[in-house]
Amino acid sequence: MEKGETMVSFRHVSMQFPGVLANDDVSLDIRQGEVFALVGENGAGKSTLMNILYGMNKPTGGEVYIKGQKMTEFSPKAAIARGVGMVHQHFMLVPSFTVAQNIMLNNEPRRGIFYDFKAANDTVNRLVAEYGLQVRPEDRVEDISVGLQQRVEILKTLHRGADVLILDEPTAVLTPQETEELFAVIRRIVAERHMTIIIITHKLYEVMEISDRVGVMRQGKLVGVRNTAEVNERILASMMVGKEVLLDALERVDDHDETVAIEVENLQVRDSRGLMAVNGLSLRVQRGEVLGIAGIEGNGQSELIEAITGMRPIHGGTVKIQGHDIRGLSPGQIRALGLAHVPEDRLSTGVSAKADITDNLIVGKEKRPEFSLKRVHMKRRSIRRYAEEIFRKFDIRGAGVDTLTGDLSGGNMQKVVVAREFSFDTPVLIISQPTRGVDIGAMDFIHQQIIAKRNASCAILLVSADLDELYRLSDRMVTIYEGRITGEFLPDSIEKTEISYYMTGGGSRKEAAR
Amino acid sequence: MDWSTVFSMSTLVNTVNTATIVVLAGLGCLLTDQVGIMSIGIDGMMTAGAFAAVMGSWLCGSWLMGIVFALAAGLLFGLFYAVFVVRFKSDEFIIGVAMNIFAVALTTFMLRSIPGQTGSFHPATGTVTKLPAFTLTLPGGTPVTLSLMVPLSWLLVAVCWVMMYRTPLGYWLHASGEHPESLRSVGRSPERMRYLGSLLCGLLCGLSGAYLSLGYLSTFTENMSASRGYVAVACVIFGRSNPLYVFLAALLFGFIDTAGQRMQGVVDPTLTATFPYIGTILMMVLLAARTAIRKRRA
Repeated sequence: MEKGETMVSFRHVSMQFPGVLANDDVSLDIRQGEVFALVGENGAGKSTLMNILYGMNKPTGGEVYIKGQKMTEFSPKAAIARGVGMVHQHFMLVPSFTVAQNIMLNNEPRRGIFYDFKAANDTVNRLVAEYGLQVRPEDRVEDISVGLQQRVEILKTLHRGADVLILDEPTAVLTPQETEELFAVIRRIVAERHMTIIIITHKLYEVMEISDRVGVMRQGKLVGVRNTAEVNERILASMMVGKEVLLDALERVDDHDETVAIEVENLQVRDSRGLMAVNGLSLRVQRGEVLGIAGIEGNGQSELIEAITGMRPIHGGTVKIQGHDIRGLSPGQIRALGLAHVPEDRLSTGVSAKADITDNLIVGKEKRPEFSLKRVHMKRRSIRRYAEEIFRKFDIRGAGVDTLTGDLSGGNMQKVVVAREFSFDTPVLIISQPTRGVDIGAMDFIHQQIIAKRNASCAILLVSADLDELYRLSDRMVTIYEGRITGEFLPDSIEKTEISYYMTGGGSRKEAAR
Repeated sequence: MDWSTVFSMSTLVNTVNTATIVVLAGLGCLLTDQVGIMSIGIDGMMTAGAFAAVMGSWLCGSWLMGIVFALAAGLLFGLFYAVFVVRFKSDEFIIGVAMNIFAVALTTFMLRSIPGQTGSFHPATGTVTKLPAFTLTLPGGTPVTLSLMVPLSWLLVAVCWVMMYRTPLGYWLHASGEHPESLRSVGRSPERMRYLGSLLCGLLCGLSGAYLSLGYLSTFTENMSASRGYVAVACVIFGRSNPLYVFLAALLFGFIDTAGQRMQGVVDPTLTATFPYIGTILMMVLLAARTAIRKRRA
């Protein structure tokens, strides 16, 4: 096949998930031998589109062509057979197997009925020589670095004859050094093998560095395809964000209490893999103020919030809530200092889906004398009365307080979390993704509740992947990138394109971010 | 007491005989462990196998038919387990326990309805043909009689080891347990591997049951496995899922069991009967201690 010929063609592809149109009439051609970057905000539909190409989702509308042939069966097996390979964000490797055993999985060389380990290692060594991706076939996958594991994944797809390689946020798990190495590999396989690479990323400087063309997605639509040489990071950022959607302004009452209630100083936190996810971050939140943290997911926001709320150990630096150092305190002890927390993932940490609304609303208050006799007997009647009051006050729409929380819609489940946390009446609120996957009505309600708390002199730290939300609620905004604050802004003095630029590492050069 | 009766050639033979029950069931359990659905229902599979073996042998007058019946019963239970756990994604422990209880009840019921007997099986007509045995003369002149199933179980340990570590199939089975999505992403169904693991487990437990009722003894009694299936589960954990170590763990269990029987003259027999189970608990404690020490060192 000639360089420049169309390898993959999406024609009017749509993907309707229950309640969400993840891809909306996307038409896109990807050519042989190019590096095509797909960018967009969280939930713009990039991964959905690539999952369709790899056969993991069947589109609800439109057609997909690979090398001119229409895809009729959507399965990874069919995609592999057509030469499409995908390296997922979460690797598909068996940890206890060796590198060679993983690469050769379901493709094992045999001698008689026996596994020919030597032939497997030889094959891998040959692949290594052919593509210049250094791995040692005998190493166990669980013992090697994430960067090397990614190489194993790439070799696995190459061994299966892939000539179209999809990389889903490949650099999200890599150190800067490993990212450089990955890019070198991509350049080599494109130059020498005429591979076609599709790379999904959030980081605009990486788009500029590695891609030939770039497609921008927003709210399920492909809003534009450009030659990378003809754009810059600012143009891409403005394409990603698009026009603002404005809701009614919220009423703010300013009562300047200048007490600092949240004080984070030079904080360092490690993520679950031991890498430094928050790296020397400082911020302060006063009472009566909402500080919004803007950032692309995976830049340390989750770890920051977990550290402040006691769910993750602090590696270095200090966090003070109401003037108390929280180092070594449990989440319960930190809450006792006057903090409430709306966690980012309502299903895993926000609610107990198998418990009813009453129980979810009472958690944390069950030992109070009005609900419990000597902490032994639960006063069900007053608990129920209290739950019903909160249920009405926060406009939770469900059959009643006996409804299982797991049966509620996302919006109502989120209201349960907000209702419980806000009714602790604490001076400090830590709020993560308050309206993710929530319909617009519930969103407006939650926003009003947040501003009401602000007007009542609470110090609020707000993390959201939704820029509109941050603009609407924040008094001040900071951008976070690779675990550091990269800028501080007043919402009415900065354009969204400008702030997206800081969120994607534009403000600080990559070198500075290291 | 006379310790020479505890440590003697006949103890060794008895150890091997007793261990064979656990070796076979342990191999079965090991295979479900490989596919990630460690079956504690093996006790029930053994009970069913033991009953089916006696029935087959009695009805057809041939030990071979006894084995065929036992394999069929094991396969049926393995399929039952796989359908619930793999297809319907039920909780593996609940299904396992349910299967154990069900097997005891079912065999008791069938014992009372088919030959019409309670407690244990003593046929009025016909006989139960035992598995063939052979006699060896050890150096020193002691004759030793072993059931055919004993060397067969050793062979199966070797076959199992080779399958797990030397054939692609072994790696697919393991991958389906450790990281099923990786197997799926290269186009092989982890569910099929899980079915296979469960069915092989059923076959091996059927054999274990057949040995229990036609080799080790020559009758069926209600609740015959006496929880040896749980001991086999413990052996798999203690043997770190390696067929050879599982085999050694089963031998250790066999020795404790036999030593207990030998000490019945001196110690209260109700106490010696608890030895195998106390031994199992000790194994688990040892294992936990070893893991804890390793963790502290790391």
